[in-house]
Amino acid sequence: MDTRLVLVLLLAPFLGFLFNVFLGKKVGKNIVGIVGTLSVVVSFAVTLYFFLQINQTKQAIAINLFDWISIQRFNISFGFLLDQLSLIWLLFVTGIGSLIHLYSISYMHEDEKMHSFFAYLNLFIFFMITLVIGSNLLVMFIGWEGVGLCSYLLIGFWYKKQDFNDAAKKAFIMNRIGDLGFLIGIFIVGSLFNTLDFTTIKTVITSTSNSNDFWIAAAAFALFIGASGKSAQIPLYTWLPDAMAGPTPVSALIHAATMVTAGIFMITRLNFLFDMAPSVQNIIAIVGAITALVAATIALVQNDIKKVLAYSTVSQLGLMFLALGLGAYEIAVFHVITHAFFKACLFLGSGSVIHGLHGEQDMRKMGGLKKAMPITFITMLIAVLAISGIFPLAGFWSKDEILMTAFNENKALWVISSIASIMTAFYMFRLIYLTFFNSFRGTEEQKHHLHESPSLITSPLIILAILSFFGGIISLPGHSWLNEYLAPLFSKEVHAAHSLGSTEYILMAVATIGALIGIAIAYKKYLKDNTIPSEDAEIKGVLKVLYNKYYVDEAYDAIFVKPINVLSGFFRDSVETTLSALVFGLGKVTNEFAFQGKKLHNGSVGLYLFAFVICVCALLTYLFLQ
Amino acid sequence: MNNILNQIGIENYIFLSVILFCIGVFGVLYRRNAIIVFMSIEIMLNAVNLLFVAFSTYHQDAQGQVFVFFSMAVAAAEVAVGLAILVSVFRNMGTIDVGNLKNLKG
Repeated sequence: MDTRLVLVLLLAPFLGFLFNVFLGKKVGKNIVGIVGTLSVVVSFAVTLYFFLQINQTKQAIAINLFDWISIQRFNISFGFLLDQLSLIWLLFVTGIGSLIHLYSISYMHEDEKMHSFFAYLNLFIFFMITLVIGSNLLVMFIGWEGVGLCSYLLIGFWYKKQDFNDAAKKAFIMNRIGDLGFLIGIFIVGSLFNTLDFTTIKTVITSTSNSNDFWIAAAAFALFIGASGKSAQIPLYTWLPDAMAGPTPVSALIHAATMVTAGIFMITRLNFLFDMAPSVQNIIAIVGAITALVAATIALVQNDIKKVLAYSTVSQLGLMFLALGLGAYEIAVFHVITHAFFKACLFLGSGSVIHGLHGEQDMRKMGGLKKAMPITFITMLIAVLAISGIFPLAGFWSKDEILMTAFNENKALWVISSIASIMTAFYMFRLIYLTFFNSFRGTEEQKHHLHESPSLITSPLIILAILSFFGGIISLPGHSWLNEYLAPLFSKEVHAAHSLGSTEYILMAVATIGALIGIAIAYKKYLKDNTIPSEDAEIKGVLKVLYNKYYVDEAYDAIFVKPINVLSGFFRDSVETTLSALVFGLGKVTNEFAFQGKKLHNGSVGLYLFAFVICVCALLTYLFLQ
Repeated sequence: MNNILNQIGIENYIFLSVILFCIGVFGVLYRRNAIIVFMSIEIMLNAVNLLFVAFSTYHQDAQGQVFVFFSMAVAAAEVAVGLAILVSVFRNMGTIDVGNLKNLKG
């Protein structure tokens, strides 16, 4: 029964994919949308069933479909593991996935390739489910690669623009670098434990005292590189902002709520392994904190509405990695969930704005949309308040937990992450003020066409806004349902939900005041003084460095891309030319000989006979002389 | 038999045979009519046969003469085949000029 249901859960989106690929063009856009959405809703319903079941029984469900690879003592089965972690992940993957499918029906309706869009989205959900419910690293890796593929396809969905193709390739290549790390990690884990199965590794690692500390740390580090590629951490984060080239629902689903959290999922899944490698945990925490800060500073000056959100995503992912590095996995999961709510809401909201303005993404050409798009405005405002960490919205609780953990563990990390949070409040309100307040700065024609988006677009926004508002209740300080729910996963004693002492109240107050300061600065600058960010050419000084993202892309270009291009150019021009000259030369010489020989065969019997006689004479002379 | 050989001398047989053979060779090389080419080939063949017979007598050994019988039988068969080929060439091409038979050109 369980096996069948799991297969339904897994294969429903896949069937949706097949349907949309093969029949999508014939059946028309409405049916494509309905089938695409329904297939995900089915998955969501099954997930909900399993979730309610596990919430009662507290028993993980392990399903072994078949033995996949079996070499001597090394066995890999094709199996699924539905435990607390994978089910809560599935819940928001399929849940938010359903909402975004619903949204896409309206958003992509004008697009002629709507059927392939839905096919890719369905395929993405399929691979994401595989990633989440895989019972060993290899099954997870299938999903891992699959979501990367779908991400590539969807970033380059409007492939007629070369920029978008480049962005897609960049995302894919950056991910490949991370994937190599992941693969190396899998190899090390496989050779250490003779298995890739999560539960077995956990038993082995917790029951025996390991002398292989170095190799465990190496495995953890390699896996972390994989995670940092997928979850856009320094130094592999540059693909995510460019990935905004894809349609906005894709940005919301893949590049904000689900796929980019795969790295966090993997580290949480292997928490027992990372616990054995404190040095790697330190690296994770530091990388996370620095990413959070760097991305936040870049987001301060971006003018493209989606770029702001993209850097904000990178920054928030950095905070989650900080929590992971500090060993507070359940807090990272909490932030992943709340972040999925409010960031999906923000992206869908920005999609609604872009839709209303017929493709305009530059905030300098927006403004005053509050009246024209009230629902979008209110939902986005709630999400912005949530991400800024304003009491009592979802983001407040999760971000506060991270900051508190950082404060307890390491004050420097706390300072860095707090500054990042203040910046978050600033740039998110900058976005709100520039987009929705003051007067409209676009063309007259756009102004004439301004309208609220249809209900298919606004209803997911409303649901997500409600979730962003109340999402925090799953893990309140003092009484955390989430911590208790996730407790069976973690080997060491889960941090008792922070009891509320005076330190905690002070920290909360500090965080809130910080957020309010950020909001106040944004208010002063963009609402009261009505500053409009200057044109690209006029940006100077530090702002210019920030606006150009610290020139990281240029640096990567100079350090990696150009030398590789030069090297491959060298190989192409020198080595390959020489080799091919050799090979082709040989062919040419043979050809030339043949060509000359061909002339003898002129078909004249007389000549043949003449040659024959001459040769016989020569032969005889030779024999005679001998 | 030896009388004849004594009267004329083996070297004259050899000269005649060489002359006949060379006539045959030049006939094959210079004439363009296929039938004459064919006849030239027969002359070469017979020159060799003549030499066989002459040496057979000279050495008092019948083997050479036996071999000539075989050689003539084979030559007869070859003539039949060769003439048949010529006939069919003529039917197809309308000529038996060797210079025009260039279909073998590679």
